[in-house]
Amino acid sequence: MRTKSLVIGVIAAVLPVAAYGQGATGDDPASLQGDDAQWVLPAKNYSATRFSTLSKITPDNVKNLKVAWSMSTGTNQGHEGAPLVVGSTMYIVSSYPNIVYAVDLAKDFAIKWKYLPKQDAKAVPVACCDLVHRGLNYTHGKILFSTLDAQVIALDANTGKELWKAKNGDPSKGETITAAGLIVKDKYIVGISGGEFGVRGHVTAYDINSGKQVWRAYSTGPDEELKLAPDFNAANPHYGQKGQGTGTWQGDAWKRGGGTTWGWYSYDPQLNLFYYSTGNPGTWNPDQRLGDNKWSMTIWARDPDTGMAKWGYQMTPHDAWDYDGVNESILADLTIGGKKVPALVHFDRNGFAYTMDRSNGTLLVAEPFVAVNWAKSIDKKTGRPVEDSSKRTKQGQVTKDICPNAMGGKDQQPAAFSPNTGLFYVPTNNMCMDYEATEVKYTAGAPYVGANVLMKPGPGDGSLGELIAWDATTGKKVWGVKEKQPAWGGVLATKTDVVFYGTMDGWFKAVHAKTGKLLWKHKVGSGIIGSPMTFQGPDKKQYVAVYSGVGGWFGVAVSQDLPPNDPYAALGEVGIAYKNGLDKATTKGGAVYVFSLE
Amino acid sequence: MTKHTLARLLAIAAVLLCAPGRAPADEAKQVKEFRVCGDPNNMPFSNEKLEGIENKIADVIAKDLGETVTYFWWPHQRGVVKRVLNAKHCDIMLGIPKGYDLVTWTRPYYRTGYVMVYRKDRKLKLRSLDDPALKTLKIGVQVNTPPHDALGRRGIADNVVGYQLMFDSNFHAEDYPGKVVEDVLAGSVDVAMVWGPIAGYFAKKKGAPLEIVPIDDPADTGLPFAFDIAMGVRKGDKQRKEQLESALARRHDEIEHVLADFGVPLLPAAEEKAHDKGAR
Repeated sequence: MRTKSLVIGVIAAVLPVAAYGQGATGDDPASLQGDDAQWVLPAKNYSATRFSTLSKITPDNVKNLKVAWSMSTGTNQGHEGAPLVVGSTMYIVSSYPNIVYAVDLAKDFAIKWKYLPKQDAKAVPVACCDLVHRGLNYTHGKILFSTLDAQVIALDANTGKELWKAKNGDPSKGETITAAGLIVKDKYIVGISGGEFGVRGHVTAYDINSGKQVWRAYSTGPDEELKLAPDFNAANPHYGQKGQGTGTWQGDAWKRGGGTTWGWYSYDPQLNLFYYSTGNPGTWNPDQRLGDNKWSMTIWARDPDTGMAKWGYQMTPHDAWDYDGVNESILADLTIGGKKVPALVHFDRNGFAYTMDRSNGTLLVAEPFVAVNWAKSIDKKTGRPVEDSSKRTKQGQVTKDICPNAMGGKDQQPAAFSPNTGLFYVPTNNMCMDYEATEVKYTAGAPYVGANVLMKPGPGDGSLGELIAWDATTGKKVWGVKEKQPAWGGVLATKTDVVFYGTMDGWFKAVHAKTGKLLWKHKVGSGIIGSPMTFQGPDKKQYVAVYSGVGGWFGVAVSQDLPPNDPYAALGEVGIAYKNGLDKATTKGGAVYVFSLE
Repeated sequence: MTKHTLARLLAIAAVLLCAPGRAPADEAKQVKEFRVCGDPNNMPFSNEKLEGIENKIADVIAKDLGETVTYFWWPHQRGVVKRVLNAKHCDIMLGIPKGYDLVTWTRPYYRTGYVMVYRKDRKLKLRSLDDPALKTLKIGVQVNTPPHDALGRRGIADNVVGYQLMFDSNFHAEDYPGKVVEDVLAGSVDVAMVWGPIAGYFAKKKGAPLEIVPIDDPADTGLPFAFDIAMGVRKGDKQRKEQLESALARRHDEIEHVLADFGVPLLPAAEEKAHDKGAR
């Protein structure tokens, strides 16, 4: 929101929580996002700040947090995302096969209903990097979500009854979905995963009532399929305009061009633009797709009604590192150089934090937030990285010590923004990689050759993660808390200056928003890669909830019991995960943990 | 949905539900059964009708060992080793390139490589990747394979038609690696760069009028274009590996016969060290 969500929060909080389910007007995310008793959007609000004004838990009393209740989700793979709370019901989704539970917070946490989607099992072997799920959406008495096998499903939020289903992709072509998607007005917008199989990325909008596809906008290809508005990139023509969705590729390579869309989405109702970004280009070998490979690795602003793009900014042209650009874009109104700016802040896998004017895409600040050596800087005039050519990978050659590694300075784990402190709280990775000579891989009927990626700790004391506080107006780190494991869980910030996050070794932590000082920690059943959320229960207490359930790319060695004998397995994850003792730190198993004072 | 497909779906569901633990009785059965992790629909290598090269070779080796061939059908795609071989639904994978280090591989039993293939009536006379004609001919190639890489290095991309590397042999068998050769025959691409046995199969078994030209390893890519092909067993399963190796040695001639029957373009055995990265 451009206007402070705080203001709306105060207004909405006056509405009784019980309005839910009674057909009250405004039973949609836009109306409900300001009520901090509830958590109705994957990222709390459309601005994706993961910030709550709930104030009962403070830096002084957070040490008294105890587990109020917990519940197993029944699955063992990684649990990303956060539960929703709408009214007095908590909605939970497990990793594959994506079981949805509605839990009654007013009646001893009884399970009101449970829904098990029928899924196409062939999605399982083609899913990249663990069988995770990033969450549900709510609007008008409906739960909308996507499944690993690329279905979009709408359920009656009261009964769990299936309302409609749509097919957004085909797992037999390598297409899967792990993203939460986002509801904007009467549409559910969701993307697609599968970049490593040459899937051509897109975002697609479905009518929330009928499940009919309303529009689809591709990441690569002809302008009409990209859905470029007539004034596309008018404010920054040097970012590229028409014709580049095919023109920056060789031959028909754009058809397998990747640019998948499995990250988090945000939305500005005033500008009527929603924001998301695209992943790495398809075909691993950069030689086979010379050119910028637009619009992979791009932050997009689109009109949610039509899908038309107002602007697009490519962060990593002609990717050679798998810096899959899908991370969230957080919307915050910042003061930069004495001027108030409707900003968008994005912490990319490539290690740079981008602060942009979200109304037109103009780049304001771009600074590295972790150790970066593939590029020296981002040229703000051209918008392009100033590369170190010795760090550009090439098939069949060894390139050593590239930072960050392919998992990125930050992976999908979403950051939070506190308007109280003006700071962003960012879970980061500290890893580098060697991109090695070729190795025999194999597929049916043809041995083929892929690159080996060996991952290793980044500079410093060997810790692989750090929670940092970031000033996006200057592009500077304010403080950091080191973590032994990569910081792969999301962050929650509250008005009382408590910042919550979980670690892969299973610690759920609270730190002070101003200093990073540890205030409280609690060890949960399995490593945390989910995002904490907070709500007010029917008993008026403030609760904080988080998924436990290690997994994701870095956690796959534990969640899928990969043997330690092949350090290059899971695209290089296995070696570093075992070396770093992840298998000694936690075990797999999905659950939701809910904490309160007393 | 055919009964067959349904049965396969149920089998897949069963794997997903009970992958970690199988009854110990299975271990005992291994003595008598030659348990192959088979691809259900990937000709010329393997199919459920047992028509492929690997089906025939499995029969030869199992017979030598006095065992009965049984199959666990699962596409040889990403995840097959973890979900099928390592989950002990079967013990043997055939047609494994030596160096594929998710498995323990046996001594290779043949060597072949990537080839260029085009219709004889085109009279193209292509001999190497550096033939200038390749700059303009429409070339079909599976993405991310060594020839795809080599073409990229030569700046040949605009006239390249990419074919998917992964395909689902359960449900989309029509996307199999042989599709590109079918397209050569149909004339929609001029030349395919494809794994040798696929081209050989069309020329020999189907009598297609094709010219097959082996591609030499180009010095510039550092990528091998030929591979030693072996059988694979679960990592550390030395006993099975040794049994297979002695049977392979005893049945050398019969295997050669199968390969010749399928028109596999054979290359001389490589030196032991070549491309052998060994187990790490």
